[in-house]
Amino acid sequence: MTRRTETLLWVAQRASAAVLAVCVLVHLATIIYAVQGGLTGAEILARTRGNIAWAALYSVFVLAVAVHAPIGLKAVLAEWFGWRGRARDLALIVFAVVLAGMGLQAVRGVFA
Amino acid sequence: MNATLKVRVWRGDAAGAFREYEVPRRESQTVLDVVSHIQRALDPTLAYRFACRVGMCGSCAMTVNGAPRWTCRTHVDRVARGGRLEVAPLRNLPVIRDLVADMREFFDKWARAGGQFKGDRSRHDEFARVSPQSEKRGLADAGIECIGCAVCYSACDVVARNPDYLGPAALNRAWTLVNDERDAGNADRLRAVAGDAGCLSCHTHMSCTERCPKALSPTAGIAGLKRAVAVAALRGEL
Amino acid sequence: MSRGLALAHRLSGLALALFLPVHFWVLARALQLDAFLAWTEQPAVKFAEWGLVTLLALHLAGGVRVLMLEFLPWRDWAKGLAALAAGCALAAGLAFALAL
Repeated sequence: MTRRTETLLWVAQRASAAVLAVCVLVHLATIIYAVQGGLTGAEILARTRGNIAWAALYSVFVLAVAVHAPIGLKAVLAEWFGWRGRARDLALIVFAVVLAGMGLQAVRGVFA
Repeated sequence: MNATLKVRVWRGDAAGAFREYEVPRRESQTVLDVVSHIQRALDPTLAYRFACRVGMCGSCAMTVNGAPRWTCRTHVDRVARGGRLEVAPLRNLPVIRDLVADMREFFDKWARAGGQFKGDRSRHDEFARVSPQSEKRGLADAGIECIGCAVCYSACDVVARNPDYLGPAALNRAWTLVNDERDAGNADRLRAVAGDAGCLSCHTHMSCTERCPKALSPTAGIAGLKRAVAVAALRGEL
Repeated sequence: MSRGLALAHRLSGLALALFLPVHFWVLARALQLDAFLAWTEQPAVKFAEWGLVTLLALHLAGGVRVLMLEFLPWRDWAKGLAALAAGCALAAGLAFALAL
């Protein structure tokens, strides 16, 4: 991996982190608010179904995670497991695509 | 205050072991005083390094009770636990013998990080005028007092894990030059400090900043390099 | 303190990365959500949920600390950030435990 790519990945990691900071804060607040008095599927879906603004926010959340998590794993795999190089990078790209795909499906399941 | 101090001192190379000495306790005694007493009165074969004794030269750093310190300015009062002291060579560097660490790699990395000043004026040009109030001058000032003792390098977890990592001192030096308005070598320097072995590997554990005897903040300088390298990469200049 | 928080930050990130695909898989099957929610009533699962929320808060706090160190002008408060971040994460974990 060239120095430029490496550095741009660092930028992507920090930029996605800034987006995630906002998303996670909202997410945590929602969780803590919503679990009071227990959860039911109907209650959750009544709140979420057809809500465009929340669907948009959570889509951004999912995409930011799909950028953020693989870049973080890249460092962990290199430093803790000694795994570097092409095979690792491909595996992480697959992980990013899977995360984005599953995440967007989850958004559709909950909000559509 | 106990009358004597029990001091465990590393002897030999990497395959060596600790040996224990009893050293008389004195008022205002420094760790360097203790090591010097052992060498002069108890065992003249002990190898260690020092020069100025007043915290300027950066040659006497050792691992004292598990943490890297400049021994000439470290009082025994502050570090001895129950009248015991353990002195070893600096971590993250090869041991030559006893308390002497091989500093070659440490200083080579200063060069590899672009630590040399590169000017573009000759003696026939005007003096460069750098305002003491300018922001860049302030940033350079914040890191310029490094004495090259390698305490930060020895404290750094990233160096311990990745031996190629340039380390806090070399990166701090590069950051002072990035902020030197007279310097013309920044394109190469930023290339040198980018990448896996450079500033982006810093995990902001801040061990360097916590341990620096001159109270510098290499973590801050490394963060500055990260931003500079990121801007260069976005502009396609890396 | 900073080292401990950095380790917690990394471990929580690792745990969250492993948990996310499971989380998404469950949510994508929203119609069977109630069966799943019944399952989450078990005390052990409740405890695991609390753990995940706390890990998320911890990873958030650790990440905000890193962003502040890297992108804000250096001040003396930098050395106290780790303790502040840990405190915020614990507060969030506690809030969730009380809300459960």
